[in-house]
Amino acid sequence: MASAFEYAPAPESRSVVDIAPSYGLFIDGEFTEAAGGKVFKTVSPSTEEVLSEIAQADAEDVDRAVRAARKAFEKWSALPGSERAKYLFRIARIIQERSRELAVLETLDNGKPIKETRDADLPLVAAHFFYYAGWADKLDHAGFGRNPRPLGVAGQVIPWNFPLLMLAWKIAPALATGNTVVLKPAETTPLSALFFADICRQAGLPKGVVNIVTGDGRTGAALVAHPDIDKVAFTGSTAVGKEIARTVAGTRKKLTLELGGKGANIVFDDAPIDQAVEGIVNGIFFNQGQVCCAGSRLLVQESIHDELLESLKRRLSTLRLGDPLDKNTDIGAINSAEQLARITTLADQGEAEGAERWSPACELPTSGYWFAPTLFTNVTQAHTVARDEIFGPVLSVLTFRTPDEAVAKANNTPYGLSAGIWTEKGSRILAVANKLRAGVVWSNTFNKFDPTSPFGGYKESGFGREGGRHGLEAYLAPSSPEGER
Amino acid sequence: MYSRYARRYARLVTMPTNAPSPTAERVGGTPSAHALADVTTSDSTLRRFLHGLPGVDAVGLEARAASLGTRSIKTTAKAYAIDLAISMVDLTTLEGADTPGKVRALGAKAVHPDPTDRTTPSTAAVCVYPDMVATAKAAVAGSGVKVASVATAFPAGRAALDVKLADVREAVAAGADEVDMVIDRGAFLAGKYLKVYDEIVAVREVCGTSARLKVIFETGELSTYDNIRRASWLGMLAGADFIKTSTGKVAVNATPANTLLMLEAVRDFRTQTGVQVGVKPAGGIRTSKDAIKFLVLVNETVGEDWLDNHWFRFGASSLLNDLLMQRQKLATGRYSGPDYVTVD
Repeated sequence: MASAFEYAPAPESRSVVDIAPSYGLFIDGEFTEAAGGKVFKTVSPSTEEVLSEIAQADAEDVDRAVRAARKAFEKWSALPGSERAKYLFRIARIIQERSRELAVLETLDNGKPIKETRDADLPLVAAHFFYYAGWADKLDHAGFGRNPRPLGVAGQVIPWNFPLLMLAWKIAPALATGNTVVLKPAETTPLSALFFADICRQAGLPKGVVNIVTGDGRTGAALVAHPDIDKVAFTGSTAVGKEIARTVAGTRKKLTLELGGKGANIVFDDAPIDQAVEGIVNGIFFNQGQVCCAGSRLLVQESIHDELLESLKRRLSTLRLGDPLDKNTDIGAINSAEQLARITTLADQGEAEGAERWSPACELPTSGYWFAPTLFTNVTQAHTVARDEIFGPVLSVLTFRTPDEAVAKANNTPYGLSAGIWTEKGSRILAVANKLRAGVVWSNTFNKFDPTSPFGGYKESGFGREGGRHGLEAYLAPSSPEGER
Repeated sequence: MYSRYARRYARLVTMPTNAPSPTAERVGGTPSAHALADVTTSDSTLRRFLHGLPGVDAVGLEARAASLGTRSIKTTAKAYAIDLAISMVDLTTLEGADTPGKVRALGAKAVHPDPTDRTTPSTAAVCVYPDMVATAKAAVAGSGVKVASVATAFPAGRAALDVKLADVREAVAAGADEVDMVIDRGAFLAGKYLKVYDEIVAVREVCGTSARLKVIFETGELSTYDNIRRASWLGMLAGADFIKTSTGKVAVNATPANTLLMLEAVRDFRTQTGVQVGVKPAGGIRTSKDAIKFLVLVNETVGEDWLDNHWFRFGASSLLNDLLMQRQKLATGRYSGPDYVTVD
């Protein structure tokens, strides 16, 4: 925007993180080679620089990890909750101590701006461990009967958009409730999970309680299909979620799925406009829009459409896209070439279907995977960009005339993960929120997370809740008569 | 954007909204020169207009201000920002104990803030009580430094209108280039918006063509962000050249959030009327780090049109020395310490 006050580069130092040239699998407390000896590379999405070589786990490795977790389960689950809590508190504190290192690492491997890893991801990761550490010795009072039991070994598969945060969402409640885990991080972002393995060792966590197997979809499939897994927890795309549900159907495995979304951000004409603009920006451009609960559909009351769009465009023109390690960067890189291709295809389709495309003047770096913040106006419910999850910095703008129409349009999607309501009228917030079929409804804010708040979806956005007291349920069996004391 | 009323009037706007036109810089212009003039025809139209402005979500506003506060301003950008901030300081002394000697020292400091480095820019102005204006004028004579005078029974503003106007008249007659008036917060909080408006208009008239008018809201006493937004529009409608947060005499003075809100107000006012109004946060800004955060707010909310001491000021006293120490640090690579800047 302004040329007089140019911010000089303010890069966070890379030297705080030491990435090894290669990493093995973390099984039974040790880093080991993959049985097949296969490896893959993980790159920095902002530069395409190769960061490290990672072992590709096959079914044999997964079996080894599950057996380690099974072996560790007996002692781990028998520990008093207060003892398990000590480990979780220790992990939380180590994460805080190493948060700068982990933030830089996450930014390098994922491409998201350091501002976000530093101010959102890492504080939330630590908070999540602290929160569930607090539950570990209070499970009798969590509302699941006296002495609820852990399920056993949890197989957890997480996505690349919040690598360490999704790990925390999975591992913290599982460990607090006495389960042991085998976790597979995403193929494009394995590093923070491997650093977490080191943190487990630093915390003295008993061997086998946490196992990390890296690899692509085949590794995940082997984990989900392993007969000795008691629980599958998956966060990722709806397509893969459906496949997993088919795999575990008819087995004893409990399943929670946190899948895609097409969140509606509903702005009424009496909204606090400047804050609504911020909320819209935060809703769709946070993490380059690679957020399952992103507010990717803006539903704006027709009477303020033009004015709101003008404010929104002015605001988008101030977004700073570039080096994710620069502390002043607002928009980082797209995580992978594959994701960039998907975003590009869907955006082109939006244009081809007649929606009006707009991006602020914005120079994209020449190497790496980049996509400019993009708005689509003149969008209707029939457009692909209003229906399909794009998982990128692309906002579709639709209008409505009445609260009923807003609710109908917001709910008119196969998904049901998130929604936002912007109005100064408290009674309208309550009335509309009650009618929205979305797991999370934010009022006069968006994309705010807290470990105490359950998160999850309706319909094709999945089932089960993570976070809060509800998040314990996914890892507990109701108390059996033998469980009663 | 701004409510049915504002929207309706906005259509009347014909002035360009980017570069300030000659009429936009409105020293001596009448407040009715802009497109929203008829919202002030009666107490009820004014009330409806002000209450029709969009609400402010406090959490969201503060979060935005805090997020801009994380910008990292280094090296060349920092050097630019420090010099800009120095040039925007209204170097202020508003004490019962002010003497001609104190004011002369302040004037000398404003002209040459750093005796060891004559490349240091002058401050924008010195800000004093009306009875010190003549002394201050003499102290800064021949420099570009302006003399600003608080007036209208500063800081409480609890006096009859003719007393307030006499206060302003004295300041203007003594040569004040700028007048910093306080609004009647009691009247504002009682909902008597037209009374507040009329007082500002009256002061504006006394300022005439010789002094720019800064209108102080005492945001700490208005308390809510909705009130601050309404007061901002009220002040601008009445012909303020600057809107200013506070007197520096109450517990809560300038904050990033209330300044951000006022920046949004001047931005929107210009969009609707073509008239550009300045902003002056005052009180509580003591460090370079704070000042730079405010400049980031300016840069990312209203842009470079306001990055100039004609449109943005800091009301401060101790801030200047910290800016000077930081400036010396950038030049020499070392911190100098308080003995290397002047005490006044």
